[in-house]
Amino acid sequence: MLNIVGQLAPLAFGLAAIGSGIGVGIIVGKTIESVARQPELQGRLQSLMFLGIALTEALAFIAIAVAFIPFPAPAAG
Amino acid sequence: MLIRIIVVIALVLLLWLGTRRMKIVPGRGQAALEFILNFVRKGIVIDTLGEKDGKRFMPILMTFFFLILGMNLTGTIPPFLMAGTAVPGLPLLLAVVAWVMMIYAGLRRNKWRYLKNALFLPGVPWPLYFLLTPIELISTFVLRPVTLFLRLLMNMVAGHMLLVLCFSATQFFLFTVLANGNLIGFLGIGTFAFGVVFTFFEIFVAALQAYVFTFLATIYIQMSLAEEH
Repeated sequence: MLNIVGQLAPLAFGLAAIGSGIGVGIIVGKTIESVARQPELQGRLQSLMFLGIALTEALAFIAIAVAFIPFPAPAAG
Repeated sequence: MLIRIIVVIALVLLLWLGTRRMKIVPGRGQAALEFILNFVRKGIVIDTLGEKDGKRFMPILMTFFFLILGMNLTGTIPPFLMAGTAVPGLPLLLAVVAWVMMIYAGLRRNKWRYLKNALFLPGVPWPLYFLLTPIELISTFVLRPVTLFLRLLMNMVAGHMLLVLCFSATQFFLFTVLANGNLIGFLGIGTFAFGVVFTFFEIFVAALQAYVFTFLATIYIQMSLAEEH
Protein backbone atom coordinates (compact mmCIF):
# COMPACT_ATOMS: atom_id res chain seq x y z
CA MET A 1 0.00 0.00 0.00
CA LEU A 2 1.15 3.50 -0.83
CA ASN A 3 1.13 5.61 2.27
CA ILE A 4 1.40 9.37 2.03
CA VAL A 5 1.81 11.45 5.15
CA GLY A 6 1.60 15.22 5.27
CA GLN A 7 -0.58 18.26 5.37
CA LEU A 8 -3.33 19.06 2.91
CA ALA A 9 -3.65 22.68 4.02
CA PRO A 10 -0.84 24.08 1.80
CA LEU A 11 -2.46 22.34 -1.18
CA ALA A 12 -5.77 23.98 -0.31
CA PHE A 13 -4.06 27.34 -0.18
CA GLY A 14 -2.42 26.72 -3.53
CA LEU A 15 -5.76 25.88 -5.13
CA ALA A 16 -7.45 28.92 -3.60
CA ALA A 17 -4.61 31.16 -4.72
CA ILE A 18 -5.27 30.22 -8.37
CA GLY A 19 -8.75 31.68 -8.18
CA SER A 20 -7.91 34.86 -6.36
CA GLY A 21 -4.80 35.30 -8.49
CA ILE A 22 -6.91 35.31 -11.63
CA GLY A 23 -9.41 37.63 -9.97
CA VAL A 24 -6.81 40.16 -8.84
CA GLY A 25 -5.23 40.02 -12.30
CA ILE A 26 -8.52 40.85 -13.98
CA ILE A 27 -9.22 43.71 -11.55
CA VAL A 28 -5.79 45.32 -11.97
CA GLY A 29 -5.80 44.83 -15.73
CA LYS A 30 -9.24 46.43 -16.10
CA THR A 31 -8.17 49.31 -13.88
CA ILE A 32 -5.12 49.96 -16.04
CA GLU A 33 -7.33 49.83 -19.10
CA SER A 34 -9.77 52.33 -17.63
CA VAL A 35 -7.01 54.69 -16.52
CA ALA A 36 -5.58 54.57 -20.02
CA ARG A 37 -8.96 55.62 -21.36
CA GLN A 38 -9.73 58.25 -18.74
CA PRO A 39 -6.61 59.35 -16.86
CA GLU A 40 -8.53 62.01 -14.90
CA LEU A 41 -10.41 59.29 -12.96
CA GLN A 42 -7.21 57.67 -11.69
CA GLY A 43 -7.66 58.45 -7.98
CA ARG A 44 -11.20 57.14 -7.79
CA LEU A 45 -10.38 54.04 -9.84
CA GLN A 46 -7.37 53.27 -7.67
CA SER A 47 -9.42 53.22 -4.47
CA LEU A 48 -12.03 51.03 -6.15
CA MET A 49 -9.22 48.75 -7.36
CA PHE A 50 -7.87 48.30 -3.84
CA LEU A 51 -11.36 47.58 -2.57
CA GLY A 52 -11.87 44.93 -5.24
CA ILE A 53 -8.48 43.41 -4.56
CA ALA A 54 -9.25 43.22 -0.85
CA LEU A 55 -12.56 41.48 -1.48
CA THR A 56 -11.04 38.99 -3.91
CA GLU A 57 -7.97 38.34 -1.81
CA ALA A 58 -10.16 37.40 1.16
CA LEU A 59 -10.88 34.03 -0.47
CA ALA A 60 -7.21 33.12 -0.47
CA PHE A 61 -6.85 34.26 3.12
CA ILE A 62 -9.77 32.10 4.19
CA ALA A 63 -7.79 29.21 2.71
CA ILE A 64 -4.75 30.11 4.82
CA ALA A 65 -6.98 30.09 7.88
CA VAL A 66 -7.94 26.48 7.14
CA ALA A 67 -4.50 25.40 8.31
CA PHE A 68 -5.22 26.80 11.76
CA ILE A 69 -8.53 25.00 12.30
CA PRO A 70 -7.86 22.25 14.88
CA PHE A 71 -9.20 19.19 13.09
CA PRO A 72 -9.11 16.05 15.21
CA ALA A 73 -6.12 13.90 14.24
CA PRO A 74 -7.02 10.68 12.40
CA ALA A 75 -6.63 7.48 14.39
CA ALA A 76 -3.23 5.93 13.78
CA GLY A 77 -3.20 2.70 11.80
CA MET B 1 0.50 42.39 24.63
CA LEU B 2 3.34 44.72 25.57
CA ILE B 3 3.63 45.74 21.93
CA ARG B 4 -0.01 46.81 21.85
CA ILE B 5 0.34 48.93 24.98
CA ILE B 6 3.46 50.58 23.55
CA VAL B 7 1.67 51.26 20.26
CA VAL B 8 -1.33 52.81 21.99
CA ILE B 9 0.91 55.05 24.10
CA ALA B 10 2.91 56.03 21.00
CA LEU B 11 -0.26 56.85 19.06
CA VAL B 12 -1.71 58.93 21.87
CA LEU B 13 1.57 60.83 22.26
CA LEU B 14 1.90 61.37 18.51
CA LEU B 15 -1.62 62.67 18.05
CA TRP B 16 -1.54 64.72 21.23
CA LEU B 17 1.81 66.36 20.61
CA GLY B 18 1.07 66.70 16.89
CA THR B 19 -2.17 68.59 17.39
CA ARG B 20 -1.37 70.54 20.55
CA ARG B 21 -0.05 73.67 18.95
CA MET B 22 -1.90 74.02 15.68
CA LYS B 23 -0.70 76.77 13.40
CA ILE B 24 -2.52 78.33 10.51
CA VAL B 25 0.54 77.80 8.34
CA PRO B 26 1.41 74.20 9.22
CA GLY B 27 4.96 73.03 9.81
CA ARG B 28 6.26 69.85 8.28
CA GLY B 29 5.07 67.48 11.02
CA GLN B 30 1.66 69.07 11.27
CA ALA B 31 1.27 68.96 7.50
CA ALA B 32 2.03 65.23 7.43
CA LEU B 33 -0.40 64.52 10.24
CA GLU B 34 -3.06 66.69 8.66
CA PHE B 35 -2.59 64.91 5.36
CA ILE B 36 -3.38 61.53 6.96
CA LEU B 37 -6.27 62.87 9.04
CA ASN B 38 -7.71 64.65 6.04
CA PHE B 39 -7.31 61.56 3.88
CA VAL B 40 -9.37 59.46 6.28
CA ARG B 41 -11.87 62.23 6.96
CA LYS B 42 -12.48 63.33 3.40
CA GLY B 43 -11.33 60.42 1.29
CA ILE B 44 -12.90 57.58 3.24
CA VAL B 45 -15.65 58.73 5.58
CA ILE B 46 -17.30 61.85 4.16
CA ASP B 47 -17.09 60.72 0.54
CA THR B 48 -18.97 57.54 1.44
CA LEU B 49 -21.33 58.54 4.22
CA GLY B 50 -21.97 62.19 3.44
CA GLU B 51 -21.36 65.20 5.67
CA LYS B 52 -23.97 64.58 8.40
CA ASP B 53 -23.68 60.83 8.96
CA GLY B 54 -19.96 60.99 8.36
CA LYS B 55 -19.45 63.29 11.33
CA ARG B 56 -21.44 60.95 13.60
CA PHE B 57 -19.30 57.93 12.77
CA MET B 58 -16.03 59.82 12.34
CA PRO B 59 -14.45 59.12 15.79
CA ILE B 60 -14.72 55.36 15.66
CA LEU B 61 -13.67 55.04 12.02
CA MET B 62 -10.69 57.31 12.62
CA THR B 63 -9.79 55.13 15.62
CA PHE B 64 -9.96 52.04 13.42
CA PHE B 65 -7.59 53.55 10.89
CA PHE B 66 -4.94 54.78 13.29
CA LEU B 67 -5.08 51.73 15.57
CA ILE B 68 -4.72 49.29 12.69
CA LEU B 69 -2.01 51.36 11.02
CA GLY B 70 0.02 51.56 14.21
CA MET B 71 -0.43 47.91 15.11
CA ASN B 72 0.44 46.79 11.57
CA LEU B 73 3.56 48.90 11.37
CA THR B 74 5.10 47.24 14.44
CA GLY B 75 5.50 44.16 12.21
CA THR B 76 8.36 45.90 10.40
CA ILE B 77 9.90 48.13 13.07
CA PRO B 78 13.07 46.45 14.37
CA PRO B 79 12.71 46.31 18.17
CA PHE B 80 9.24 44.72 17.94
CA LEU B 81 9.07 42.82 14.61
CA MET B 82 5.68 41.38 15.52
CA ALA B 83 2.51 43.04 14.32
CA GLY B 84 -0.05 43.67 17.05
CA THR B 85 -2.72 42.49 14.61
CA ALA B 86 -0.97 39.20 13.78
CA VAL B 87 -2.62 37.42 16.72
CA PRO B 88 -6.37 36.83 16.58
CA GLY B 89 -7.49 38.94 19.54
CA LEU B 90 -7.27 42.47 18.17
CA PRO B 91 -8.66 41.89 14.65
CA LEU B 92 -11.51 39.90 16.19
CA LEU B 93 -12.33 42.76 18.54
CA LEU B 94 -12.21 45.32 15.73
CA ALA B 95 -14.38 43.17 13.45
CA VAL B 96 -16.97 42.66 16.21
CA VAL B 97 -17.05 46.41 16.88
CA ALA B 98 -17.53 47.10 13.17
CA TRP B 99 -20.30 44.48 13.01
CA VAL B 100 -22.16 45.84 16.02
CA MET B 101 -21.84 49.36 14.66
CA MET B 102 -23.20 48.29 11.27
CA ILE B 103 -26.30 46.70 12.85
CA TYR B 104 -26.74 49.59 15.29
CA ALA B 105 -26.61 52.13 12.47
CA GLY B 106 -29.26 50.24 10.51
CA LEU B 107 -31.60 49.65 13.44
CA ARG B 108 -31.30 53.25 14.65
CA ARG B 109 -32.08 54.73 11.25
CA ASN B 110 -34.61 52.34 9.78
CA LYS B 111 -36.00 50.56 12.88
CA TRP B 112 -37.22 47.07 11.97
CA ARG B 113 -37.40 47.94 8.30
CA TYR B 114 -33.63 47.49 8.37
CA LEU B 115 -33.93 43.75 8.78
CA LYS B 116 -36.61 43.66 6.09
CA ASN B 117 -34.40 45.65 3.72
CA ALA B 118 -31.37 43.52 4.48
CA LEU B 119 -33.04 40.15 4.24
CA PHE B 120 -35.77 40.55 1.64
CA LEU B 121 -34.53 42.04 -1.59
CA PRO B 122 -37.22 44.11 -3.32
CA GLY B 123 -38.49 43.21 -6.75
CA VAL B 124 -38.11 39.46 -6.47
CA PRO B 125 -41.01 36.99 -6.87
CA TRP B 126 -41.86 35.73 -3.38
CA PRO B 127 -41.04 32.01 -3.76
CA LEU B 128 -37.42 32.98 -4.33
CA TYR B 129 -37.23 34.31 -0.78
CA PHE B 130 -36.90 30.73 0.49
CA LEU B 131 -33.61 30.63 -1.42
CA LEU B 132 -32.42 34.24 -1.15
CA THR B 133 -33.14 35.06 2.47
CA PRO B 134 -30.76 32.48 3.97
CA ILE B 135 -28.05 33.54 1.51
CA GLU B 136 -28.52 37.20 2.42
CA LEU B 137 -28.59 36.33 6.11
CA ILE B 138 -25.28 34.51 5.90
CA SER B 139 -23.56 36.96 3.60
CA THR B 140 -24.62 40.07 5.52
CA PHE B 141 -24.47 39.02 9.14
CA VAL B 142 -21.89 36.23 9.13
CA LEU B 143 -19.52 36.57 6.19
CA ARG B 144 -18.96 40.34 6.48
CA PRO B 145 -17.44 40.37 9.98
CA VAL B 146 -15.67 37.05 9.40
CA THR B 147 -13.96 38.31 6.25
CA LEU B 148 -13.06 41.61 7.94
CA PHE B 149 -11.42 39.61 10.73
CA LEU B 150 -9.68 37.06 8.52
CA ARG B 151 -8.46 39.57 5.94
CA LEU B 152 -6.64 41.67 8.49
CA LEU B 153 -5.33 38.77 10.55
CA MET B 154 -4.16 36.61 7.66
CA ASN B 155 -2.48 39.48 5.81
CA MET B 156 -0.38 40.14 8.87
CA VAL B 157 0.27 36.47 9.64
CA ALA B 158 1.27 35.70 6.06
CA GLY B 159 3.55 38.74 5.91
CA HIS B 160 5.19 37.77 9.17
CA MET B 161 5.75 34.18 7.98
CA LEU B 162 7.24 35.45 4.73
CA LEU B 163 9.75 37.63 6.55
CA VAL B 164 10.58 34.82 8.96
CA LEU B 165 11.17 32.43 6.03
CA CYS B 166 13.41 34.87 4.17
CA PHE B 167 15.55 35.85 7.12
CA SER B 168 15.85 32.39 8.64
CA ALA B 169 16.92 31.09 5.22
CA THR B 170 19.55 33.84 5.13
CA GLN B 171 20.77 32.83 8.55
CA PHE B 172 20.90 29.18 7.54
CA PHE B 173 22.70 29.72 4.22
CA LEU B 174 25.22 32.27 5.38
CA PHE B 175 26.13 30.98 8.82
CA THR B 176 25.66 27.22 8.50
CA VAL B 177 26.15 26.22 4.86
CA LEU B 178 28.73 28.82 3.84
CA ALA B 179 30.63 28.46 7.11
CA ASN B 180 31.05 24.77 6.28
CA GLY B 181 32.71 25.71 3.00
CA ASN B 182 29.79 24.93 0.68
CA LEU B 183 29.45 27.61 -2.01
CA ILE B 184 25.68 27.07 -2.29
CA GLY B 185 25.58 29.25 0.82
CA PHE B 186 25.83 32.33 -1.41
CA LEU B 187 22.10 31.85 -2.03
CA GLY B 188 21.79 33.59 1.32
CA ILE B 189 22.51 36.92 -0.38
CA GLY B 190 19.46 36.39 -2.60
CA THR B 191 17.17 35.48 0.29
CA PHE B 192 18.41 38.49 2.22
CA ALA B 193 17.58 40.75 -0.73
CA PHE B 194 14.11 39.21 -0.89
CA GLY B 195 13.69 39.78 2.82
CA VAL B 196 14.53 43.46 2.48
CA VAL B 197 12.16 43.86 -0.47
CA PHE B 198 9.35 42.14 1.39
CA THR B 199 9.96 44.34 4.42
CA PHE B 200 9.12 47.37 2.29
CA PHE B 201 6.20 45.48 0.81
CA GLU B 202 4.94 44.83 4.35
CA ILE B 203 4.99 48.55 5.12
CA PHE B 204 2.82 49.09 2.04
CA VAL B 205 0.49 46.25 3.07
CA ALA B 206 0.18 47.69 6.58
CA ALA B 207 -1.11 51.00 5.25
CA LEU B 208 -3.27 49.26 2.66
CA GLN B 209 -4.96 47.00 5.21
CA ALA B 210 -5.71 49.93 7.52
CA TYR B 211 -7.28 51.71 4.55
CA VAL B 212 -9.24 48.67 3.40
CA PHE B 213 -10.59 47.81 6.85
CA THR B 214 -11.77 51.37 7.46
CA PHE B 215 -13.20 51.68 3.97
CA LEU B 216 -15.14 48.42 4.21
CA ALA B 217 -16.50 49.28 7.67
CA THR B 218 -17.65 52.62 6.26
CA ILE B 219 -19.29 50.97 3.28
CA TYR B 220 -21.12 48.46 5.49
CA ILE B 221 -22.44 51.32 7.62
CA GLN B 222 -23.49 53.16 4.49
CA MET B 223 -25.36 50.10 3.21
CA SER B 224 -27.14 49.81 6.56
CA LEU B 225 -28.14 53.46 6.49
CA ALA B 226 -29.56 53.29 2.97
CA GLU B 227 -33.34 53.30 2.83
CA GLU B 228 -33.72 50.75 0.08
CA HIS B 229 -31.23 48.78 -1.91
